[in-house]
Amino acid sequence: MTTTTPAAKAAAATGDFFDTRIGAAKLVKEFARKVFPDHWSFMLGEIALYSFIVLLLSGTFLTMFFVPSMTEVHYPVDALPTTMRGVEMSEAFASTLHMSFHVRGGLLMRQIHHWAALLFMAAIVTHMMRVFFTGAFRKPRELNWFVGFTLLILGLAAGFTGYSLPDDVLSGNGLRIADGVAKSIPILGSYVSFALFGGEFPGHVIIPRLFTAHILLVPALILSLVAVHLILVVVHKHTQYPGPGRTNSNVVGYPLFPVYMAKAGGFFFVVFGVLAIMGATLSINNVWNYGPFDPSPVSAGAQPDWYMLFLEGALRLMPGQTEFVVAGYTVPLNILVPGVVVPGILFTLLGAYPIIEAYASGDKREHHLLDRPRNVPTRTGVGVAVLTAFIILAAAGSNDLIATHFKLSINSITWVFRVLFLVGPFIAFIITKRMCLALQRRDRDLVLHGYETGRVVRFASGEYIEVHQPLTPQERWVLVDYDPHKPLPAPSETNARGVARPDYKKLRRQSRLSHFFFADRVDPVTPAELEAAHAHHASAHGSDHELEHETATAGELESTSV
Amino acid sequence: MSNHSTELETRGELDPAPSPERFENPGLPPHRPRLSDTSPEGSKRAERQVAIIFGISILATIAGVWGYFAFPMDAGVGNVRYSTLSIGLGLGIGMLGIGIAAVHWAKALMSDVEVVDQRHPQRGDDATRAAAVADLQAGAKDSGIARRPLLKGALITAVAIAPLSFLVPFVGNLGGSWNVNAMRHTMWRKGTRLATDPDGRLIRPEMVTIGSVWHVIPDGLHEVDDVLAEKAKAIVLLVRLAPEDLKILPGREDWSYDGIVAYSKVCTHVGCPVALYEQQTHHLLCPCHQSTFDVADGAKVVFGPAKRALPQLPIMVDDEGYLAARDDFDEAVGPSTWERQRPIRGEDY
Repeated sequence: MTTTTPAAKAAAATGDFFDTRIGAAKLVKEFARKVFPDHWSFMLGEIALYSFIVLLLSGTFLTMFFVPSMTEVHYPVDALPTTMRGVEMSEAFASTLHMSFHVRGGLLMRQIHHWAALLFMAAIVTHMMRVFFTGAFRKPRELNWFVGFTLLILGLAAGFTGYSLPDDVLSGNGLRIADGVAKSIPILGSYVSFALFGGEFPGHVIIPRLFTAHILLVPALILSLVAVHLILVVVHKHTQYPGPGRTNSNVVGYPLFPVYMAKAGGFFFVVFGVLAIMGATLSINNVWNYGPFDPSPVSAGAQPDWYMLFLEGALRLMPGQTEFVVAGYTVPLNILVPGVVVPGILFTLLGAYPIIEAYASGDKREHHLLDRPRNVPTRTGVGVAVLTAFIILAAAGSNDLIATHFKLSINSITWVFRVLFLVGPFIAFIITKRMCLALQRRDRDLVLHGYETGRVVRFASGEYIEVHQPLTPQERWVLVDYDPHKPLPAPSETNARGVARPDYKKLRRQSRLSHFFFADRVDPVTPAELEAAHAHHASAHGSDHELEHETATAGELESTSV
Repeated sequence: MSNHSTELETRGELDPAPSPERFENPGLPPHRPRLSDTSPEGSKRAERQVAIIFGISILATIAGVWGYFAFPMDAGVGNVRYSTLSIGLGLGIGMLGIGIAAVHWAKALMSDVEVVDQRHPQRGDDATRAAAVADLQAGAKDSGIARRPLLKGALITAVAIAPLSFLVPFVGNLGGSWNVNAMRHTMWRKGTRLATDPDGRLIRPEMVTIGSVWHVIPDGLHEVDDVLAEKAKAIVLLVRLAPEDLKILPGREDWSYDGIVAYSKVCTHVGCPVALYEQQTHHLLCPCHQSTFDVADGAKVVFGPAKRALPQLPIMVDDEGYLAARDDFDEAVGPSTWERQRPIRGEDY
């Protein structure tokens, strides 16, 4: 305020204008130097946010030229591409062709929009994995996990509604599959299908309806939930990884202004730039090669966008024998199970996971320090098991491509995937959990015995030892700063006065779940254990204790590098 | 907020209690200066780099705008490519340049000394919570909702049913006529001739050689009101097998003509067109989910997620020697629905 340059004066006047009207000074004071911790994995959510902004911008461009109508027209005979001249098609498809070939930047924006949608979903899924595996969903952030989970579902809805809009053969067959899944619902199926399509498939309204959902309902919901998601990040302050100087009651990092303005703001431009370059150079969804929707033709090797592959794979794997008729009514479990039940269970588990884990641990504390995934072996194992199921289903959704590329029988591939889907997640769980426990033991080993230096020395007595270098307190802290849960004890059937407890069964259930989660664990090294390990070294090797610290004396001994 | 030199002097409310079981947090490691912190040349060089990257961004944006004017779109497909590439690379490198320059600026020139901020529990303190409860109680008392059950019941009922006069018309209109039984019929009738898809040529049996496969629509499809909806149900695959290969199912003795059989092309799984025919094995494969049907044996399922055989279209040769339908399919085509096997009330189906 003491400077009197014209710029400073102007800044002061602007500041005064806003402060006296909307209390800007309080806001700036609150947020300008807000601290955010730094880690590459915290950028995954940013990628999702930024690709969403790119989606809004490129999508706005597309709405200027897209006609959401199923009225049949003939493509003009003087328009590009030549293969489509005079072909009968819907206005939706015709306008998609027109914007690709006759609007400058139109094809670019279509391709940016499609790539951004794929990246949006990929970023959401990897961000969710980061939050899951580091335990960032724990109290007080359970609600924000649920907001994010809803955003994932909305992202799927946005992708599906948008993918179908060009009204080409591929997306039309995608809609037909959705119609088949809707029809499989008991009692209501036919009516759900009619409600979607305004009558019999394909009808004349599905494209305008999807358009309204795609450009208004779904993005409005996403936008408002993104706002809630970010407000809650500010309310909770960002989590941080454990490390020297990091505690559960502080947040260590860099201030919003200027460092994160530049880094996170700059990262928006990086994401936009990468997507624009992808849109410029990598063609995607060339609908003029597929042609307009017609219920008759279909192309082999057709794939949905990647985030829908798991549903497609589930539909492919389920054997047809599971459809049955009871009292004259058809129950197509071959579609209901993969189309409704399996995703229903997977998504319910995913959405409810914070509640399940809190129930198993009985933990009511706030957590702001992230877990290293190895320190929570069961959670990490469960996460990898669910991912494994997801990946197996996605691969099964490409079983025809696997068959043609690797010259394998489609039938055997399908059988392999059927077995893998049932067995793979369990194997993945066991292997992951064991790997986590092994890594934890290795951490303990490092803390207790230090790094192997590779220097082998011989004592005057003829004994050989390898010199170990102890960890610095900072290095050690990363490996010992965690708090393993102990399983809840098995409840007794009666209370202290010998009366049967009415809630015994409930407590036993909770205790069993708790045992599943926390029975196998490796505790962090305590100072006493470290002391004991040093004492052990000292007593076993006499002067060895000294050696660890004063390796200079090792020069007197014969030393060999291994 | 405090700087890292004053770390960890106070134990926050959210930290675990000190215990001999735990190590002490050693505190932040000392800050290591970067080259740009210690040497003026280093900082000057970083500044130059940032400026150059911004400069590349500016040039790219100019190139992108130039690309808009340079490649008119009506001059052929080649220009579509050049226009897309020039505008896209201009936009992309323009954006990427800003991003990389800003991040480099932050990492090389802005302070990288870590800052510490304190967290506070989400829970309000007891006084705040008590005040909040008192406010709510005062409001509830004022409204008298607890003392006036009639008002409570009336309010809840009114609010609960009010959406109905929005929802009923909304949902009620979604399905059009709601005549779901329309799905059970197709436009095939006795005497409807078979025509090729898409050009509508009529088919004589002698044109159908053994092993060939024909994509078929009903003659006159293009005259109906809703072509796509009718086509979606009526598409048929026509195949001729050597008569000795063909197993004719009981009750369907007159549904085929001299080894020529016609089956619905709509998969009984979720409705994709079953379009891939394998001549050697007489198998029809659905490219969507790989349900496999044996044409030689009533189009029964031999593999995959479908359960039911493809419905067979009974065919004959009419007076003028063209292939024609004997009747509509005797069951609903396409994916299973709950009521597909039930008789339609008031209709002898």
